[in-house]
Amino acid sequence: MRLTCPLCGPRDRREFYYYGAADYLNRPAGGDPAEWDAYLHLRDNPAGQTRDLWYHETGCAQWLLVTRDTVTHSISDVALVAAGGASGGGIAAKVKPEGSA
Amino acid sequence: MTQSNRISGGQIDRGQTLRFTFDGQGFTGHPGDTLASALLANGVRLMGRSFKYHRPRGPLTAGSEEPNALVELRSGARREPNTRATVAELFDGLEATSQNRWPSLRFDAMAVNDRLSSFFAAGFYYKTFMWPRSFWEKLYEPIIRRAAGLGSVSREEDPDLYDKGFLHCDLLVIGAGPAGLMAALTAGRAGARVILADEDFRMGGRLNAETFTIGQVAGADWAAGVVTELATMPNVRLMPRTTVIGAFDHGIHGAVERLGDHLAEPAAGKPRQILWRIYARRSVLAGGATERPIAFENNDRPGIMLAGAMRAYANRWAVTAGQRVAVFTNNDDGLRTAADLRAKGVDLVEVIDSRKGDMIVDSRGRLGLKSVTVQDSKGQRRDITVDALAVSGGWNPNVNLYSHHRARPVWDDTIVAFVPGADGPPGLTVAGAAAGVLSTHGALRTGRDAAIAALGLTGAAPDLPEAEDATPRITPLWHVPQGKGRAWIDQQNDVTVKDVKLAAQENFISVEHLKRYTTLGMATDQGKTGNVLGLAVMAELTGRSIPQTGTTIYRPPYTPVAMGTLAGRSRGAEFKPVRMTPSHHWAREQCAVFVEVGNWLRTQWVPKDGETEWRQSVDREVLATRRSVGICDVTTLGKIDIQGTDAGAFLDRVYANTFSTLKVGKCRYGLMLREDGLVYDDGTTARLAEHEYVMTTTTANAVGVFRHLEFCRQCLWPDMDVQLISTTEAWAQFSVAGPNARNLLEKIVDQDISDAAFPYMGAGNVTVCGGLRARLFRISFSGELAFEIAVPTRYGDALLREMLARGAEYDPVVYGTEALGVMRVEKGHVAGGELNGQSTALNMGLGKMVSQKKDSIGRVLSTREGLTDPEGYRLVGVRPVDPAARLTAGSHFLDIGAAAVAANDAGWLTSKVYSPHIGSDIALGYLKAGAGRIGQRMRAVNLLAGQDTEVEIVSPHFFDPEGERLRG
Repeated sequence: MRLTCPLCGPRDRREFYYYGAADYLNRPAGGDPAEWDAYLHLRDNPAGQTRDLWYHETGCAQWLLVTRDTVTHSISDVALVAAGGASGGGIAAKVKPEGSA
Repeated sequence: MTQSNRISGGQIDRGQTLRFTFDGQGFTGHPGDTLASALLANGVRLMGRSFKYHRPRGPLTAGSEEPNALVELRSGARREPNTRATVAELFDGLEATSQNRWPSLRFDAMAVNDRLSSFFAAGFYYKTFMWPRSFWEKLYEPIIRRAAGLGSVSREEDPDLYDKGFLHCDLLVIGAGPAGLMAALTAGRAGARVILADEDFRMGGRLNAETFTIGQVAGADWAAGVVTELATMPNVRLMPRTTVIGAFDHGIHGAVERLGDHLAEPAAGKPRQILWRIYARRSVLAGGATERPIAFENNDRPGIMLAGAMRAYANRWAVTAGQRVAVFTNNDDGLRTAADLRAKGVDLVEVIDSRKGDMIVDSRGRLGLKSVTVQDSKGQRRDITVDALAVSGGWNPNVNLYSHHRARPVWDDTIVAFVPGADGPPGLTVAGAAAGVLSTHGALRTGRDAAIAALGLTGAAPDLPEAEDATPRITPLWHVPQGKGRAWIDQQNDVTVKDVKLAAQENFISVEHLKRYTTLGMATDQGKTGNVLGLAVMAELTGRSIPQTGTTIYRPPYTPVAMGTLAGRSRGAEFKPVRMTPSHHWAREQCAVFVEVGNWLRTQWVPKDGETEWRQSVDREVLATRRSVGICDVTTLGKIDIQGTDAGAFLDRVYANTFSTLKVGKCRYGLMLREDGLVYDDGTTARLAEHEYVMTTTTANAVGVFRHLEFCRQCLWPDMDVQLISTTEAWAQFSVAGPNARNLLEKIVDQDISDAAFPYMGAGNVTVCGGLRARLFRISFSGELAFEIAVPTRYGDALLREMLARGAEYDPVVYGTEALGVMRVEKGHVAGGELNGQSTALNMGLGKMVSQKKDSIGRVLSTREGLTDPEGYRLVGVRPVDPAARLTAGSHFLDIGAAAVAANDAGWLTSKVYSPHIGSDIALGYLKAGAGRIGQRMRAVNLLAGQDTEVEIVSPHFFDPEGERLRG
């Protein structure tokens, strides 16, 4: 398997760390347990297109949003998460005032 | 013995004679021979015994698809079982031994299985060894295991070197027959980076085995000419003796190059084999085709071989398979064998062409073919005396690599075989016989066109030389209608037509069931000669077409790969990389004992003369540190520099406690949670400047914490102004601990480090030894007055030696991880046993550290029900009531008098050490509602160690609970 890092070019899979679904980008800002359960544990298992997070650990240390097909193994897009190149983006957590749940 | 079956011609070097042995008997051959061709030349055709029935077998083929002629090569540690004699290149001094027979190849006691064959039909395991159940493990399985298998391993360490390598190219051409050579030539002349790989030691493929001409020259000579031209091209890499074993994702191909298999031993310092990972933008599969047999009764005798193989032995190796030869074929290609043998002067007795209604129905000859029975179209039978029979049932394109991504080949009625369809691996084109184009002209044309298409070439391509372009003519005949005997389909796994019939009767008619029920195609040859035949027989028996019955696809590897090749250099001490600490060389000089911590080698303890037991060293290191001063290399702890205007705010989000309020020049213990609320890591983080922090992590999580922080920075809060860099390997860091720690360091550090100038939890940049930049932290893991001092890594060794020399009056001791562990348990600090990925801050007695004034990773879920149970586990200290009693980490807490059952389990001991300070074993543990049980007595029970020890639950702070020493 190879991934084309936007900064480093085509590289072998062994340079990358696989984390999980792009759902991890949507960190809940609130304290709703159901929301947190979904964020951490509930995942689709698609046969087909999937978006997930990879980290170029032995390369540029960038987190990447990879769009790939679990059936054909084709990689259709690799984008830097931090650059906002993908629609997922990062969501800032709200800082809670004291006493709120 | 003379080479009685050697005939004229061939691509062997008769100027040189090679000596070799088979089962101890001496023979001769020539360079260019395989073991099989040389044995056949010497009249030896019995080369092995079959897997299940121990039937006498000779070579069926002349290539890597060989199911029968499996032998052991070499002796001693280099002994290699299950090697195909048909591809083993002959060298002087080669020792070969037959296998799967006892006591000898000609007389094999296990051949009794053949008489008992009715008991060993398909599925016999499932039916025969059902009961009594207890007999399976003790009786049946050991017997079956002993009887099964072929060769045996040497049980000695492999003395040879295996390597791994990486190659990149525009076009990988797999197979160097006419199609592959033409593809490589086309791409090579166009300037593309080409790799041409072929499993054979001589490139040319079938051209070496045929009498065809290409243009005006013999096919083999044309091939040699193309190889010579390719060899002159700097953009072309020729890889003979290289099997492409798999087509993987994104143009990656695995290949095994055999550099030393054709030598008595590999050249000094050179690997025997290399496992290549080839990154190819495009690839052309030109792997040729494999001939298949026709099943008839007793079609497995030595002397019966595939027609193309017999022709190859005659044309390439100048060997006739026998003195009186017949040919049995259902297609025109079989007739070529008859013509070529006749041209070589071999006594070709008869051609039995099934298309005329003639068939071979049986054969005779216990250890080798003596005669065959022919039945003509009128049903008349007669025996003919022959010692060799060539059989051709048609050719199957080698679609293996095409189907490695699970593409399914499609049935082609014209050549009566499966051919590649449209949905193969992206970037891979199939050409020549592998694509079902069986003529030489077709191979040249499709090879050239495949290269043009793959690379998008627009310039002039090489002209196509003139070559035969015969249309394949074949009338299917899969198996001769049977009498009582057995007709083999898969010779390596001893699968017969009867087995397929049985599977059909019992409704195992899907291809996948057929395979598993009969073991068809499950031997080391992956059914290269038998799969399609078995499928066709099943189709006939069930009245379906072959495409209706199914297709067979293949998985990597194309041919078997030795485990040593897959391991490469990753064995023994080189199994993984070793990271050495800055004090490693000093420690080695002291004959220190090392311990593996991840990839690191850390000093475990440093024995002194006269110390014979590890505890003596560790106790001494602990006592000396607490009495005066000890030094420990703590470089392995992770170090991360964190800078930016939002650095403090960022730390507030990733740590459970607060860091934005930390004053410049101070450090603080930090607790890091995972989002699920459990503790991830801990360490101290110092603020070196307004916008600059340096974090330390545990050794184990150094890489993971950095990755996690980058995730938080890039994925969660990309708007924060914060930058990270791992500096774990940039700084050598030593802990200097004990009452004389400051006194010693005052001789090293250039600045004032008095308690007023450098108070407890102080941190900052200093210089040492007259100007070398350094970082100093007044932190303590041991509970002593302690500092950690860091210098650029290259000065680490010198700093340690300088500290020992300048501080000699304090008699400093260097301590290892064991003493470190003793002192941290005495002090009640958590580490590996407690930071086990299943524990909360509350469990560790650190619940108040999780700030609820700010959001941070893990804050929300750390408060969830179940993690906040007041009766849950709490960190406690443990002492045996009898100081002489021993404790064991992992022992479970039980109330006095409670039965040792899970229902009464109250927790467990997480870490245990011997404390020379207290004079007994002490331990930390997680105890249910432990905070309220201080002072109580319980039992530490370990059923595995046979221990049941009465203990007292105490505070985890065994030593200096008020912390007076570390503030000293």
